[in-house]
Amino acid sequence: MFLRLLSDVRWQVTHPKWRRMTCSRRSTSSTAEPAPVPLPAEAQVVICGGGIMGTSVAYHLSKMGWKDVVLLEQGRLAAGTTRFSAGIVSTARHLSVELKMADYSNKLYQQLEQETGVSTGYVKTGSISLAQTQDRLISLKRIASSLSVMGIPCEIITPKQVAQLHPLINIHDLVGAMYVPEDALVSSANVSLALATAASRNGVQIHERTSVSHVSIQKGRVTGVETDRGQIKCQYFVNCAGQWAYELGHSGKEPVHIPLHACEHFYLLTHPLKEPLASNLPTIVDPDGRIYIRNWQGGILSGGFEKNPKPLFTEGRNQLEIQNLQEDWDHFEPLLSALLRRMPDLEALQIMQLVNCPESFTPDMRCIMGESPTVRGYFVLAGMNSAGISYGGGAGKYLAEWMVDGYPSENVWPLDLKRFGTLQSSRTFLRHRVMEVMPLMCDLKVPRWDFQTGRQLRTSPLYDRLDAQGARWMEKHGFERVKYFVPPGTDLLDLEQSKTFYKPDWFDIVGSEVKCCKEAVCVIDMSSFTKFEISSTGDQALENLQYLFSNDLDVPVGHVVHTGMLNEKGGYENDCSIARLSKRSFFMISPTDQQVHCWAWLKNRLPDDSNLTLEDVTWKYTALNLIGPRAVDVLSELSYAPMTPEHFPSLFCKEMSVGYANGIRVMSITHTGEPGFVLYIPIEYALHVYNEVMNMGQKYGIRNAGYYALRSLRIEKFFAFWGQDLDAFTTPMECGREFQVKLEKGMEFMGQEALLEQKQNGVYKRFTMFILEDHDTDTDLWPWWGEPIFRNGRYVGKTTSSAYSYTLERHVCLGFVHHFDEKTGEELVVTADFINNGDYAIDIAGQRFQAKAKLYPFSSLFAQRRRKDEEELSGYQRE
Amino acid sequence: MFGVFDGHAGSACAQAVSERLLHYIAVSLMSRQTLEEMELAAECLKPVPPILQWHKHLNETEYQEITSQYFENLRVYWQHLLDLDAEPAFSLEEAMICAFKRLDSDISLEVQAPQEKELMRNIALQVAFSGATACVAHIDGVHLHVANTGDCRAILGVHEEDGTWSTLPLTRDHNAFNEFEIRRLKREHPRSEEKTLFVNDRLLGILIPSRAFGDVQLKWSKELQHSVLENSCDVEALNIYQYVPPSYHTPPYLTAEPEVTYHKLRGKDKFLVIASDGLWEMLSNEKVVELVAGHLTELNVQKPQLAFEKPVNLGYMHSLLLQRKNRGIASLDQNVATHLIRHAIGSNEYGEVDQEKLTAMLTLPEDLARMYRDDITVTVIYFNSETIENYHRNNE
Repeated sequence: MFLRLLSDVRWQVTHPKWRRMTCSRRSTSSTAEPAPVPLPAEAQVVICGGGIMGTSVAYHLSKMGWKDVVLLEQGRLAAGTTRFSAGIVSTARHLSVELKMADYSNKLYQQLEQETGVSTGYVKTGSISLAQTQDRLISLKRIASSLSVMGIPCEIITPKQVAQLHPLINIHDLVGAMYVPEDALVSSANVSLALATAASRNGVQIHERTSVSHVSIQKGRVTGVETDRGQIKCQYFVNCAGQWAYELGHSGKEPVHIPLHACEHFYLLTHPLKEPLASNLPTIVDPDGRIYIRNWQGGILSGGFEKNPKPLFTEGRNQLEIQNLQEDWDHFEPLLSALLRRMPDLEALQIMQLVNCPESFTPDMRCIMGESPTVRGYFVLAGMNSAGISYGGGAGKYLAEWMVDGYPSENVWPLDLKRFGTLQSSRTFLRHRVMEVMPLMCDLKVPRWDFQTGRQLRTSPLYDRLDAQGARWMEKHGFERVKYFVPPGTDLLDLEQSKTFYKPDWFDIVGSEVKCCKEAVCVIDMSSFTKFEISSTGDQALENLQYLFSNDLDVPVGHVVHTGMLNEKGGYENDCSIARLSKRSFFMISPTDQQVHCWAWLKNRLPDDSNLTLEDVTWKYTALNLIGPRAVDVLSELSYAPMTPEHFPSLFCKEMSVGYANGIRVMSITHTGEPGFVLYIPIEYALHVYNEVMNMGQKYGIRNAGYYALRSLRIEKFFAFWGQDLDAFTTPMECGREFQVKLEKGMEFMGQEALLEQKQNGVYKRFTMFILEDHDTDTDLWPWWGEPIFRNGRYVGKTTSSAYSYTLERHVCLGFVHHFDEKTGEELVVTADFINNGDYAIDIAGQRFQAKAKLYPFSSLFAQRRRKDEEELSGYQRE
Repeated sequence: MFGVFDGHAGSACAQAVSERLLHYIAVSLMSRQTLEEMELAAECLKPVPPILQWHKHLNETEYQEITSQYFENLRVYWQHLLDLDAEPAFSLEEAMICAFKRLDSDISLEVQAPQEKELMRNIALQVAFSGATACVAHIDGVHLHVANTGDCRAILGVHEEDGTWSTLPLTRDHNAFNEFEIRRLKREHPRSEEKTLFVNDRLLGILIPSRAFGDVQLKWSKELQHSVLENSCDVEALNIYQYVPPSYHTPPYLTAEPEVTYHKLRGKDKFLVIASDGLWEMLSNEKVVELVAGHLTELNVQKPQLAFEKPVNLGYMHSLLLQRKNRGIASLDQNVATHLIRHAIGSNEYGEVDQEKLTAMLTLPEDLARMYRDDITVTVIYFNSETIENYHRNNE
């Protein structure tokens, strides 16, 4: 979660040493202030930014054998946010990939001094996260479960134990805490220097006082870098410019959008206590008080994340230098109050300084890494949301792997730059959003939390109409989507009170929407889906798509195909439905947040052929999903066309008229396994068609529904969502979708080899559905995702999504089961027998619930199945 | 120059006066040579150098056409000044009086002049048939002149040597409570009208201030009013209030001529408050000075970043910050004029700002609001005491 701080005195000592070393390597001059070494004319990689991120990327690249690397720093190494970092390495993270990065960083820093000879100030202190409320304790227990199964020691402790670990803490208002004994403190600037030293020994050239003015780009590729000291030709550029990354991204002719924004961040330094604090005293994190406290040179260092952050540099870089930022004691008062409440004995402690150091934050609280969707060879690693030191090592490693191997060794989609597009790049949006994000660092993270700022940017034409009918909204990729409809006269809790880990207040509302989907017909506005059209003059479209997609697309016109877009390892880059509109054109529906990623993936792989066009038509169509047994009746009455399965079979697509409107693309899929249709309506007809559907539907009991109902339906039917359940490391074989792959057809396609190998040798994880058995929906904690799965008492994997099934009247969790060798921990092949012969339990915040594992959905439970339903086992829309 | 303009019976007259009056004063004060240069430029259709540097919100003037007509009449005025053979050499007092009267007479003539454009004509009508009081301060070094027409008020805040604050009013309200005004009006009108001059503390039972711009209903003869209004289209649509009081025998009853006072600023004169009658109805002179002075002190406390002698301990800093926080709630206004208005309409019987009352007063529906409060305009001018003292030192 944290922190920043200060480099302390060692910086002064280390730095000359550093210069001497670099000078002796590269400089012929022996004067005291040597003339700058000239820049090389060419390099394979240029990294901009000499903070923890830039040096970590350089370190890892050079370790992996890329040595023709130049690192440029506008000031001195580790002089920006890195210098001011609080130096806390904390592994207590919610997201598994973040947790892994922090764990790797911790291990890397621990041996770095030995490796490089540069003192890093590494001290293993441990950290204690305090809970003032039961909800906070639940949140900590969830993290503790994740840490434990990762093999990171950690325990939930009582307030009394807290007092034993730290002498100064007031424990009277605590309900518990989480202790992570291996967390550490470092001098962040020295870690950065150590990484730079090692990189330099490996051949990386480092130039300080060199600033990048812009990156040269030709034909969508990086070709070089312009600096104030001349030009360097390069193939790869890495933007590690921290809070300046946004601006640097916008400095060239072709902007690279890196949505981050700086906020001021304050922490306090004190003189030593009378009896100086031990340097191995655990770091305290008090999220309910919004503060962290670490020992620092016998005194303390304490900062926090206030409720009313002060964003800055919205207008871009200005005269204000970081060093000139003002201390603001009045602003710090709430945090100081929290500190003195937590450690009342500190009242007499002398203040040394209040440090103001800006930090960059991102729109979703997760860091930004990866390659630009528009410029090849342009990589980014920035936006650390105050956790730069914790992530530095791991993030640098993943990015280096990305550059060298084509993709990191972990699924980093949650951090991928391509989860954002130009639409998150508005300065106003960023300014408003980071003001919400920074306090969230300390706020309780509950399931189904929605951001409140930066909303109503992309909306369906029906937005007002739905809103007036009680719609409650969430946002995905800037698009407003309905969660559920609050019936008139129903009072829901207000926002703050509705935060819960237990049964939510909308339970019955969604239940009745689900019931209506099962028994009558519901309409859900699903306009946010990403929609592309691919067409060609000849067979180019089909030929290229056949290679890029795993399922056979050479189907009769009017058929819809569910297919993965796989990478070379057979993993899902995207999961979509493609309708063949004509011999030469295809209509492709993907998850909402695929808009940037899928576009870049296709653009980079389709030939540059003017006869082959790819168009993003997302904005052109409003999508209405008519779910339920009576959808057939509504639609046939509105179109005077027979819609029964004989005339309009499942997975079919036809342009037809609905009401007065013509040219509506009707597809017989609902992404839930229920019968029904999705209507893709040119936006100018949207209101008309919606009104017609609602009027006609009245006699069939039609009602509006939202995504929560949809989610419950798809999870009970065992449908996987891309981005939630499926990712670039999951293959169709691992989630029971072999039938969606054209392995038998003798056609070459991306990922084919990997899939053939899996077919031969078996899979190492298997997508499984779990029904919670002894779980009381009313009184027990609800599952969310990321809960550890235990088989016969041993950890086998984590859940990826969950929902309450109103049909089964049970909670359903989806997740992957691995088979780790009991002795070696080696991953073994997972067979159906292995899955079926086991007793399972799901761990929700430390409490285990019995679960029944299933590899196939309950077909018998669902009446009215249609023949081809099985084929539709592949919803792809995400949460 | 600083001015406060308070309109009645619509905003048209106050708007026009606020846009024009300071120009008239400036022109009155210009040397013959400057006026000649301006006239030459205007004749050659060259841009006339700006007469004033405005400190006001952008886009406040409404129509380009109106601005150019105002300019033409201003030009007529300086031509008139040029026609006087000698250098005008007005004293400041004379210049201000002359400017006030000239503008009022222009307002009155513009509506009588033939005007083809209906829009222009309507505006002229609205301006002439509504009214405005004005209070203008002219400061030149230590020389402070205040010209006042109507019931706005200007007062000085004086910081006495013993540390107390006192007030020095620089204007007299022109209304029914002012003996001088009553006497003046009685002098100007026949004895027979003595009883009807002020009815219900209003001039002819209509107007609260006894001097004002516009308001031709109380300046013109009945006949003139009829003839002007007869030719105009829709009097009602323009919201023109036409009512001839019963004893309307010897107009004009109303003048725009200001009373001008002079004050030589002293080191202890710290600020000048000019405000419309809405403020003075709610707060006494003394209370206003007290509030401004309090705010001034507060600013001095807040401004320099919290001065503390290092080293300081956490407990001390904490209590200091809490103190500042508590004080901060009392004065949430950076702007002292806002501060005054907040107190004027939000004070409870103990003289403290009551948030609920404030909210209630500010959210009254428009048609009800006038029954509970007047619109209020406040300008506060701080003086630089050092400069004033230097002046006195060098000139003694």
